Amino acid sequence: MALAKRIIPCLDCDKGRVVKGVKFLDIRDAGDPVEISKRYSDAGADEITFLDITASHEGRETTVHTVEAIAGQVFIPLTVGGGIRTLEDIRTMLNAGADKVSINTAAVFNPDFVREAAERFGSQCIVVAMDAKKVSAPGEKDRWEIFTHGGRKHTGIDAIEWAKRMVSYGAGEILLTSMDRDGTKSGFDLPLNRAVSESVSVPIIASGGVGNLQDLADGVLEGKADAVLAASIFHFGEYTIPEAKRYMADKGITMRL
Amino acid sequence: MNKVAVIDYGMGNLHSVAKALEYVGKNVSVSVTSDAQTILQADHVIFPGVGAIRDCMAEIRRLHIDEIVAEVIRSKPLLAVCVGMQALMDRSEENGGVDCLGMVSGQVRLFNNAGSALVPAHVDSDGSKLKVPHMGWNSVQQVDRHPLWAGIDDGSRFYFVHSYYVELDAQEKASGVTQYGVEFTAALNKGNIFAVQFHPEKSQHSGLQLLSNFLSWDGSH
Repeated sequence: MALAKRIIPCLDCDKGRVVKGVKFLDIRDAGDPVEISKRYSDAGADEITFLDITASHEGRETTVHTVEAIAGQVFIPLTVGGGIRTLEDIRTMLNAGADKVSINTAAVFNPDFVREAAERFGSQCIVVAMDAKKVSAPGEKDRWEIFTHGGRKHTGIDAIEWAKRMVSYGAGEILLTSMDRDGTKSGFDLPLNRAVSESVSVPIIASGGVGNLQDLADGVLEGKADAVLAASIFHFGEYTIPEAKRYMADKGITMRL
Repeated sequence: MNKVAVIDYGMGNLHSVAKALEYVGKNVSVSVTSDAQTILQADHVIFPGVGAIRDCMAEIRRLHIDEIVAEVIRSKPLLAVCVGMQALMDRSEENGGVDCLGMVSGQVRLFNNAGSALVPAHVDSDGSKLKVPHMGWNSVQQVDRHPLWAGIDDGSRFYFVHSYYVELDAQEKASGVTQYGVEFTAALNKGNIFAVQFHPEKSQHSGLQLLSNFLSWDGSH
C-alpha cells in the first residue's frame, strides 16, 4: 500500500454561492457550497478546495460562515483560497474550520508573507498557488513564468525558481495552474507539472485543463502530480468522482477507493 | 452526558475536531479549553496539536498542559492527535531537537526524502518520489484489536499531514503502522492513552468511527 494520489474538486464561490454552475441531477440547490461539498465528500473526494472570488469585504464575512458550515458537515480536508493577504485572514479561515489556505497573488507581491505564515501556522496548512504560462519560443528549452490577475499580468518570475523559493520559505504544498490550459479541456501542461514536481520536495496539485479522465491519470503518471484538481468535469456531471478514481486505479495509480 | 474536553493551547484549528465529536457523539458536550478544572472533570480528553513542536512544547509548558495531561492519563481516556501524539514522546528531531513530555518512550524523526551518501532517498512502495510533508490518505495496518479499531477495516486509509513520525522504543506498543519510505507508528496505545498520527476528524467514515469508538472507550485495554 502506498500513499494515495488525491482527487480534489474545486468550488468557485462568490458571496457564499457557487458560481460557474454545478449541475447535479438531484441536488436541491446547485449554488449551495455546503450541499455540494457534502455531495463530493460522500462521493469519495479526497479533499475540497473552496476558491473565494468575492471582491467585497461584506461578502467575505459570508465566506467565513460558509466555511464554518462546510467544516461542520464535511469531514475531509478543506482548503480555502482567494483573497488571503494577511496573517489575520489565515487565522480567520483556520478558525472557521479550513485545514489549509492557499496564497497566490499575495505571495508574489510579498514573498515574506509565505515565510511568516508558515512560521506562525505551520507549513502543513500553507499552500502556495502559482499560475504559470509558457514563455519559451517553439524549439527553445521549455520555460514558464508566473502570471497574476488571472493570467493577465506578467511578473517575469521563472516558475521553477519560484516553486523552489516558496518551498524554502515554508510552503507545504504547491497548487500549480497552467494558464495556457485553464478552461481549455485539453489536459494539464504535463512538462510544467513534471518540471515543478521534480524540482521540489513537497506535494504538487495539478490544475488547469482537465477535459477527461485520461487527463487526470496523465497528470499523475506523466506530470508526477500528487493530487489533481478539477472543477467543470465534475460540476457538470460529465464524470463522477468514483468513475474518476476507478479509471485512475485501473491505470495503476494508488487511489483511496 | 459525556463530557469531552479538547485541550486548547493556541495551536491550530480545533473547530474541526470539536465539530466531528459533536457529529458522532450522542449526548456529548464538547469544550475547547485550556482550563485545568474543565479538563479534569471531563470524561474523555482530546490532546491535539499542529505546527512546529518547539512552539507547541513552549505553550504546553507555559499553560501547564503537561501537568494536566499527566493527571488526565492517570484516570481517564486521552486521545492524542498528530503533534499531540509527538508531544507525548521523549524527544523530537524537529527545530534542532526538542525535549517532549516523555510519557511514551521513543523519538520523533524526520522523513528522509533527500537521502545522503550513506542513506539512500526513500521512495514510496509504488515507486513514487517520497514527498514531505507526508500529505494525504494512507493505509493503516492494525497490529492489535484495540476497541478504537472496532468497526474499522484493517488497512483503512486515514488522512495524514506531517513531516515527522514517531519511532517507538522496543518496550512500547504500536496499535497501527503505516509505510511511507519507512514503517512508522500511525497509532499507539499505552494505558489510558490512544494516540494517532493521522487526523481522524478529517478521515471521513473511518475517522468518525474511531472518534465514536473513543467516546465509548473507558480506557481499559
